[in-house]
Amino acid sequence: MTISAVGTTAPVRRSRIRWADLAPFIALALIILVGTLINTNFASQANLLNVITRSAFVAIIAIGATFVIASGGLDLSVGSMMAFVTGIMIMAMNGLAPAYGAWAIVMGAGVALVVGALCGLFNGLIITIGRIEPFIVTLGTMGIFRAFITFMTDGGSLPLDRSLREAYRPVYFGSFLGVPYPVLITFVVILLGAFVLYKTKYGRRVVSVGSNAEVARFSGVDVGTVRTLTYVIQGLCVAVAAICYVPRLGAATPTTGQLWELQVITAVVIGGTLLRGGKGRIWGTVAGALILEIIANVMVLSDMVSEYLVAAVQGAIIIIAMLAHRLTSSR
Amino acid sequence: MSAQALARAPSCAQPLTLRAEGLGKTYGAITVLSDISLDIRAGEVHAIIGENGAGKSTLMKLLSGHVRPTTGRLFMEEEAVAFDDAVDAESAGVVLVHQEILLAPDLTVAQNLFLGRELTRGFMIDDKAMDRRTNAVLARVGSVARASDRVGDLALAQRQLVQIARAILEDRKIIILDEPTAVLANDEVTALLEIVRNLREQGVGILYISHRLNEVQALADRITVLRDGRMVGTWPASELSQRRMAELMVGRELSMLYPEKRPVVTGEPILSVTNLVVEDGATQGSFTLRAGEVLGIGGMIGSGRTELLEGLFGLRPSHADSVLVNGCDITHRSVRTLMAAGLVYLTEDRKGKGLLVDAPLAPNLTLQALDGVNPGIVLNRRREVAELEQAVANFDIRVRSLTLDAGKLSGGNQQKLLLAKVMMSDPSIVIIDEPTRGIDIGNKSQIYGFIDAMVRAGKACLIISSEMPELVGLSDRVLVMREGRFVAELTGTEINEENVAYAATTGRHAQAGGTA
Repeated sequence: MTISAVGTTAPVRRSRIRWADLAPFIALALIILVGTLINTNFASQANLLNVITRSAFVAIIAIGATFVIASGGLDLSVGSMMAFVTGIMIMAMNGLAPAYGAWAIVMGAGVALVVGALCGLFNGLIITIGRIEPFIVTLGTMGIFRAFITFMTDGGSLPLDRSLREAYRPVYFGSFLGVPYPVLITFVVILLGAFVLYKTKYGRRVVSVGSNAEVARFSGVDVGTVRTLTYVIQGLCVAVAAICYVPRLGAATPTTGQLWELQVITAVVIGGTLLRGGKGRIWGTVAGALILEIIANVMVLSDMVSEYLVAAVQGAIIIIAMLAHRLTSSR
Repeated sequence: MSAQALARAPSCAQPLTLRAEGLGKTYGAITVLSDISLDIRAGEVHAIIGENGAGKSTLMKLLSGHVRPTTGRLFMEEEAVAFDDAVDAESAGVVLVHQEILLAPDLTVAQNLFLGRELTRGFMIDDKAMDRRTNAVLARVGSVARASDRVGDLALAQRQLVQIARAILEDRKIIILDEPTAVLANDEVTALLEIVRNLREQGVGILYISHRLNEVQALADRITVLRDGRMVGTWPASELSQRRMAELMVGRELSMLYPEKRPVVTGEPILSVTNLVVEDGATQGSFTLRAGEVLGIGGMIGSGRTELLEGLFGLRPSHADSVLVNGCDITHRSVRTLMAAGLVYLTEDRKGKGLLVDAPLAPNLTLQALDGVNPGIVLNRRREVAELEQAVANFDIRVRSLTLDAGKLSGGNQQKLLLAKVMMSDPSIVIIDEPTRGIDIGNKSQIYGFIDAMVRAGKACLIISSEMPELVGLSDRVLVMREGRFVAELTGTEINEENVAYAATTGRHAQAGGTA
């Protein structure tokens, strides 16, 4: 009957999936190659480490976003949430510093994780219990979190207490065996994310909810809980990014994390995760975050294009990536 | 054989409208259709029958310009034609009405009918004129829908009629109907057949594809049988019995399609549902189910059968006086508690609610029983593959590769995969909504065998079926639903198509005071 026809399409399809999965990594390799050719400084160890370290924040947040998007959701609030969490964390650390000294950093980091998780839970519960489009809910919370940080900083800057700076500084600037801490932390988040998404039942349920929520519901999957948890994971990732970010500038401002949501979603999508859900690619997301940061770096180094156009190039990349995806998957 | 059959065919005097000569299609090295020669004449119904995979869909697509033939030629009014695409074929007067509903649910009926060919007055869309013509054509197909209705609000049957209305909006010479009754209940089928007859009277040539041989017999003037991508032959409908049609399709003598009836079971019910009320009373009912029996629920599509069972599973808002499984009270229930109690529900909506069509077979198979297959939080891939191999063997799921996406399987194999999926948790009560919708006879027969085997093994099975022969052939007991209420219970020899139809349409038990 139809067996033979089905069978012959299988090998073709399998090789196509592999090709599409590799696309972000091939793109990353190409961009590194171009960067090396344009400027010899690009390939220097110092520059590469710097670029990778700078991409850590977007990469960490984007790993959370991979869960949200793979489950069929979207979170526009991550940039504002990051600023809000940063602000709360600095206030907590400053408040605890007199009594606990350097331990205030650890406690402040704990506060950040709790606040991040709660922010995500808030998004998730409104989306699932309120049955409102994630786009609308997170558009709303994006405004709310941004207003909160502006209010908390009184429109200016909320600096970290001087007594804590020296002890906290290594979290961004320090390194272990030559690898900067933010890169190590990113690596841990990647491994955790990949483990949860690919190896656990929860990860399987995330993807099934994103693929077809009705099928998941009819199969006894608690769709609301699965979805809500993706936003909590997102919130935790935002908090981890905030913890790495604070020592870099030592302050929160109303523009902290501004427009990061665009970079995060771009990284996820060019990494091969489907925006409509049903497929999540953790390593692809990381490649996506690296691509964005390296392109900015190459542009700054090259002098051929003004660095004011970095965002335009990044914007073009997401469109090109989608077109490439369309071409490879419709063939 | 086909040449002889053609020569015997009557109505040679009618003008030919569309003729195919030696039509064939190959994809790469695979020949899906070869050497098909047939004609469709104005004012006749020409039925195409064949098992799934026999090449019916491909043939439809070749005739309607959706796919270009590799070999062979098409003639309209004896002039050679080649359709570039479906639009080209439509403008030549050949239109395919798809089996799946291809309408935009958020647009009105009129907007759907005129989609891409809106009537305008100057720059403005002329809604009034479109509504007027829409209502006229809806009346022609006997639809109760109105031009301003949102398509998403219409019942499935009405949407089907809207599709047909869309096809005959312009004067078509040839309409190809691909299983138009697959989603309809009996009275709706009767209405549709009448519409098709009317179109025939109006001189339209109709190519009619259906799995339902009784419809084909009632409607067709000529019948062409396909098997394995080849033409078995064309016969005048009067020369073929339904049994003969089925034998020509399968290419062998039919063994018994339905399993033998099992001995009557007595004893305490394994499931007893008292006054289950779904969606504010639109549907409600009480029933019991015993181990070792098949309880059939009959009635028309839209009579509330699916809604009642989805309500039982907590998939729709509902409440009940009591739900007892093996004597345990699970009145306050959810999908998960029911599954834990040993109940599973196999949906009628294979692609929409049953399978993740973009996901491979293994995740589909284990989704429902994920906790059983993987006791910890970590997935056990090796166990999943082993379970898949086991299921493929047990349920005879025919696939070349185990890494395929579920959506790539044929309908029959998807249904078997779905059955394997719900059976993963070894349930004691299996509820199957439309066990064999849209699948071929070979697979149907196998699924009947699986149901029989599980019931003989002591499980209880409840089936909802809109196919009368299936309902009658499988069930030990039948409850008939009408307008959201159970109106009759049929047992033993009372179970026949007439009694079910009588109860489904009148709401009364055929033999007042019958055993119950």
